[in-house]
Amino acid sequence: MTEESNLEKVLKSGKFAVTAELGPPKNGDAKVVREKAKQLKGAADAVNITDCQTAIVRMSSIAAGVIAMEEGIEPVIQMTCRDRNRIAIQSDLLGAWGLGARNLLCLTGDHQKFGNHPQSKNVFDLDSMQLLDLARNLRDAKKFQCGEEIEGEEPRFFIGAAENPFADPFEYRAPRLAKKLAAGAQFIQTQIVYNMDKFTKWMEAVRQLGLDKKIYILPGVTPLKSAGMARYMQKNVPGLDVPDEYIERLKGADDQQKEGINIAVDIINQVRGIEGVAGVHVMAIEWESAVPTIVERAGLR
Amino acid sequence: MIVGSQKPIEEIIATTCDYKRLLVIGCGACVTVCFAGGERETEALASGLRLAMKHKKIKAEIEVEMNVRQCEWEFIEPLADKVEAADAVLSTACGVGVQFLAERFPEKRILPALNTSFMGGPTEQGVWLENCGGCGNCILASTGGICPIARCAKTMLNGPCGGSQNGKCEVSKDIDCAWQLIYDRLKSQGLLQLMTDYTPPKDWTPARDGGQRKIVREDLKIPND
Ligand code: SF4
Ligand code: SF4
Repeated sequence: MTEESNLEKVLKSGKFAVTAELGPPKNGDAKVVREKAKQLKGAADAVNITDCQTAIVRMSSIAAGVIAMEEGIEPVIQMTCRDRNRIAIQSDLLGAWGLGARNLLCLTGDHQKFGNHPQSKNVFDLDSMQLLDLARNLRDAKKFQCGEEIEGEEPRFFIGAAENPFADPFEYRAPRLAKKLAAGAQFIQTQIVYNMDKFTKWMEAVRQLGLDKKIYILPGVTPLKSAGMARYMQKNVPGLDVPDEYIERLKGADDQQKEGINIAVDIINQVRGIEGVAGVHVMAIEWESAVPTIVERAGLR
Repeated sequence: MIVGSQKPIEEIIATTCDYKRLLVIGCGACVTVCFAGGERETEALASGLRLAMKHKKIKAEIEVEMNVRQCEWEFIEPLADKVEAADAVLSTACGVGVQFLAERFPEKRILPALNTSFMGGPTEQGVWLENCGGCGNCILASTGGICPIARCAKTMLNGPCGGSQNGKCEVSKDIDCAWQLIYDRLKSQGLLQLMTDYTPPKDWTPARDGGQRKIVREDLKIPND
């Protein structure tokens, strides 16, 4: 038990948790972070601060996380293995802890090919599984990855990971969650759920392995801003499986944004009914202002 | 084998056009098998260069030589006179062969004609795929004989990332997901447990990060007394 994270307290209490996401700007303007933080404040128990998501250079997740904290947000620092080796990762984790961050999300990271520096050399010294194990050992064994003792204060993060129930091989996705749990993950945020059948099936497999009792599962929910965005995601994001039904609903709506929020609320209500779901992770991509409405409409605040 | 392909002809012309007497040396080993620097390709390259020089009205003598393997001194040695007589040498061997020539003839301009890409092999006529990244500590025993170091875009060691879809890597629909292949192989062998077991961070010291690597076999060394 780390007990220093509010998110952990909320999840332990059995309350249905809400996490949100804040994408740092592609510049050095702290005001952008503050503005987004203000929009999210009160709407979530903790907010993920993305780490150069889709390999696009943005303000660092730790720096943006500290700015968000100044606005009263509890950050979940996202850390990927793409850009840092084990030395840089541990250094950043010490720094993030020292600056007051209490939650950590361990990711492998999107390949640099998708970003704005596809010519760069990737690192991937560790994978997400090994990063989880590393973060847990910093905390529980008070040891660096090399085995050396940490003298003085150790980072004691509440540790999370991601899982994509829609990726292949599908039958490996629940066992992979078990592996993440064993490596140190305490909570899981999933890829955006649109394909409810597949998500339900994955949750069945998760429950069969008894994992829902040992790890907090927060399915990802993303409001669709327009029929265009929905179609784009359907076509271009492999595995996301945005159903035609949602696209039709958006197309038929007078106010597509409003309908997008309606759909998100529907999805939250559906996942909430699935046994073993501990909360939701609401990712309103470049649309942070939608989160309070969604959360309120879903009756979560 | 080592797999490479010829550089764009313009690039080769740009690096060689200042030399009056150019010796082009092909290699009979890997690059012959991958049709990049064998006799046929080396002759064709020399003809192309001759034409280009003529076109540029540059008078140049371009000669071709082959050797069995450019990565061993004993096969380079017989070419010593020819190399000495040339102003520059263009090698159609892999990067290893080029360096062996450069080391043996340190005063000579030795130029590469190929881009050496990887260790792999042909999978069908005209197609070669990478197999090994030379990590120095082979883990194929636990990955069903499929290498995630060379073949997974993120060198994942604990199973597929979240981008694996329909057997393909998130990076490209043209690249198989190495971990899907590993999963299928291990499953068919009844060894899926290997993917449940945690693989700790890799020790990269035997890999590429410690400067030039060296293998010494005392049993093969010639005693010098
Ligand atoms: S594990 Fe290392 S040595 Fe073995 S095939 Fe892969 S890169 Fe080569
Ligand atoms: S999709 Fe497969 S091959 Fe590509 S990075 Fe992920 S695990 Fe590796």
